[in-house]
Amino acid sequence: MIAQGAIPVIPRGVRLHRDAVRDRWVLLAPEKTIALDEIGHAILSRIDGRTDFTTLIDRLAEDYAAPREQIAPDVSGFIAALAERRILEVA
Amino acid sequence: MSRIPPPMAMLAELTHRCPLACPYCSNPLELEAQERELSTEDWARVFAEAAELGVLQLHLSGGEPATRRDLTDLVRAARAAGLYTNLITSGIGLTRRRLEELDAAGLDHVQLSLQGMDAELADRIGGYKGGFARKMQVAGWIGEIGFPLTLNAVLHRQNLHQLPRALEMAQEMGARRIEVAIVQFYGWAMKNRAALMPTREQAREAEALVAEAREALKGKLVIDFVPADYHGDYPKRCMNGWGSVGLNVAPDGSVLPCHAARTIPHLDFWSVRDRSLREIWYDNPAFNAYRGDDWMKEPCRSCERKAIDLGGCRCQALAIAGDPAAADPVCVKSPAHGKMRAMAEAFNAEGARAELTYRRYA
Ligand code: SF4
Ligand code: SF4
Repeated sequence: MIAQGAIPVIPRGVRLHRDAVRDRWVLLAPEKTIALDEIGHAILSRIDGRTDFTTLIDRLAEDYAAPREQIAPDVSGFIAALAERRILEVA
Repeated sequence: MSRIPPPMAMLAELTHRCPLACPYCSNPLELEAQERELSTEDWARVFAEAAELGVLQLHLSGGEPATRRDLTDLVRAARAAGLYTNLITSGIGLTRRRLEELDAAGLDHVQLSLQGMDAELADRIGGYKGGFARKMQVAGWIGEIGFPLTLNAVLHRQNLHQLPRALEMAQEMGARRIEVAIVQFYGWAMKNRAALMPTREQAREAEALVAEAREALKGKLVIDFVPADYHGDYPKRCMNGWGSVGLNVAPDGSVLPCHAARTIPHLDFWSVRDRSLREIWYDNPAFNAYRGDDWMKEPCRSCERKAIDLGGCRCQALAIAGDPAAADPVCVKSPAHGKMRAMAEAFNAEGARAELTYRRYA
């Protein structure tokens, strides 16, 4: 589980990109292209290098009218999996 | 045939020129002369066409891409086209100033190759004195500027013992990833099979070491691994499928499904000098030749693994089994598998005595 006050960061060399040809969002990283579903894009587009995990969950809960307890584990798992592959950093 | 998906990645071989002379270089034996290289404008057009076609990632490669004086302009053009731009380099030919220019032009990522993990061995394998010291200096600048870095180490009989050191170096340099590739036999490496082919024990040891390191370095360093080919039981999923995910553009503008595709003599590869990349990707018969699985013969045709490895590598099937539509002879089901095993053993037996043939212009 990502710590409450931890700040997820999209590091240099990783960026969100609109894949117009395939009509979807992707995350471009060294030697990797990760296709994003709506949730993945919603999470990543709210990671700005300043917002901590708690605030990120608050915002997602509000924007998607979903209970915090329900989304927190999923978002945490998503971020942790990308951090393990060195695609995201958690400061 | 089912619908052809658009390509995801393009490898641009900007030039075949290179100060190094690695005996495993994947460039063809007949290296392209500078006069035949595409111009800056040609490449800029090809990058724009690639992005429009669906390519997301661009790898600037060679030869040594830094020998192109217009490298910064090419990076700028690639970024303007919207491509994720990766520079594949030995580091030789890059100065701090040039790296800063590449940074300003928007270069996304650098992949630095290692020939060996100390000066003595690296300079001998690369055939270039002082290369290792220079590379270490370049690695320092890459770190200072802050480029995300991947190291790439091609390992073989003569440097496999340095694999642990390669993993340390990656961490010291702050690399996020390392690609550990046991030499694959194409291009110049074909000429050097006896000198370079790892022994079966070396191949197994490397696999174990990588598995261990992946566990120990989880979250710190990502390790991509290409296992030894001739010692396997099943072939690799070559290029993720012929004409399926990626394409290569050679220095003269010929578009190829992979590095070695030109070794298949009956295929006619079209050039970006004459046609658009889109036309080549969808309509060149050479790209359609081994798409899907209609071309397969037995044992692949009725094999339950055919969706996993797609029958392996076409170029290797031609080189060893004599037919590009045959099963890759790495496969235990291939009638040529025994022949390949025997070849590997013969190369291994000769190994210690074999001289290196360096990559040079004829
Ligand atoms: S493999 Fe070696 S010789 Fe070939 S392009 Fe790379 S650095 Fe140059
Ligand atoms: S027979 Fe062909 S498809 Fe089956 S495992 Fe061997 S190479 Fe792959």
